Amino acid sequence: MSNLINIGISDLNIAKGDDTLVTYALGSCVGICLYDKTKQIAGLAHIMLPWSKESANASDNKRRFADTGITELIMMMNMSGASASRLTAKIAGGAQMFATNSAVFNIGERNVEAVKKVLATYKIPIIAEETGSNFGRTVFFSAADGIMQVKAAGKPTKNV
Amino acid sequence: MAIIKIDDLSSMHLDVLKEIGNIGSGNAATSLSEMLGIMVDISVPNVKLLGFDEAVQFLGGPEKVAIGMLVRLSGDISGMMLYVIQESFAANLAKAIMGKESLSILELDEMDTSLISEVGNIMSASYVNAIASLSGMFIDISVPSLCVDMAGAILSVPAIEFSKIGDKVLFIDDSFIMGDNEVRSNMILVPELDSLNKLFSVLGIQ
Repeated sequence: MSNLINIGISDLNIAKGDDTLVTYALGSCVGICLYDKTKQIAGLAHIMLPWSKESANASDNKRRFADTGITELIMMMNMSGASASRLTAKIAGGAQMFATNSAVFNIGERNVEAVKKVLATYKIPIIAEETGSNFGRTVFFSAADGIMQVKAAGKPTKNV
Repeated sequence: MAIIKIDDLSSMHLDVLKEIGNIGSGNAATSLSEMLGIMVDISVPNVKLLGFDEAVQFLGGPEKVAIGMLVRLSGDISGMMLYVIQESFAANLAKAIMGKESLSILELDEMDTSLISEVGNIMSASYVNAIASLSGMFIDISVPSLCVDMAGAILSVPAIEFSKIGDKVLFIDDSFIMGDNEVRSNMILVPELDSLNKLFSVLGIQ
């Protein structure tokens, strides 16, 4: 039996076997799919902000941020037998949903930038990227083959 | 007492916001009626604080395609307002104004977009005027920016902005009767915390 494991905003989880992770309607948020091909362990984090240190609230959910979210996902994958040195990443989201010049709305771009920096510090290569532009994306990530499926409203589905 | 997080709002604070919602929705119905040249009635709006997932469910689920219009508030109050309408509402507008029999929101033409933006403008201004007239504050609003996409993706914008002050969004659910049809729209208000405190203080609510 394969299961579909739903990841909400500011959350993360892992999957093995035939299971698939899904996160719906990423806007400016970024979905980070990590995969250990040898062990067939998949992880998905849905972050909404770049850096935890920019938060005024120490009690904030750590899964909300690129830095602390990705770190926790790697630890979780390690604990279930994945090796950090084997991990590869596929990322999606970080759109700018509303056209404007304001810096606040550029949060999508800042999220993608932060995700890339954090993955670089862990030396995890990004092997596929569906980021930016101005539309929302739903992401399915399969533990069996590490394929990231990206769906968008009124656009063809992409498998990367 | 100043509010530190949106969750700290008392029932009295919420009542004030509900009243602003009531006045705003009343203004909106009047303006819509004038613009469309048909009777527009409104039921008492439902104003609540909703978590992100609840708000998304309210809009029909994360992948439900809707129209979002975002305006920035500046002046005495800073923040943003997101106005969300569903396809059925947009179709009713297109029929009332342009006599269109059907409308797909993923394929809006220039006329549709301009009509819907104008309605977004009117609706946002109605709520902002409600706050301004109650409080005597000066509030400026930007031209609405429009986005047609999955509800979850649209809502992520105020959710990110709101996450600084809480995990909930201020959600106003309106039900309008336009001719024979009942249509719903939602206004999501994201004030900056300082502005919210200023508003309550001007209104004499501690």
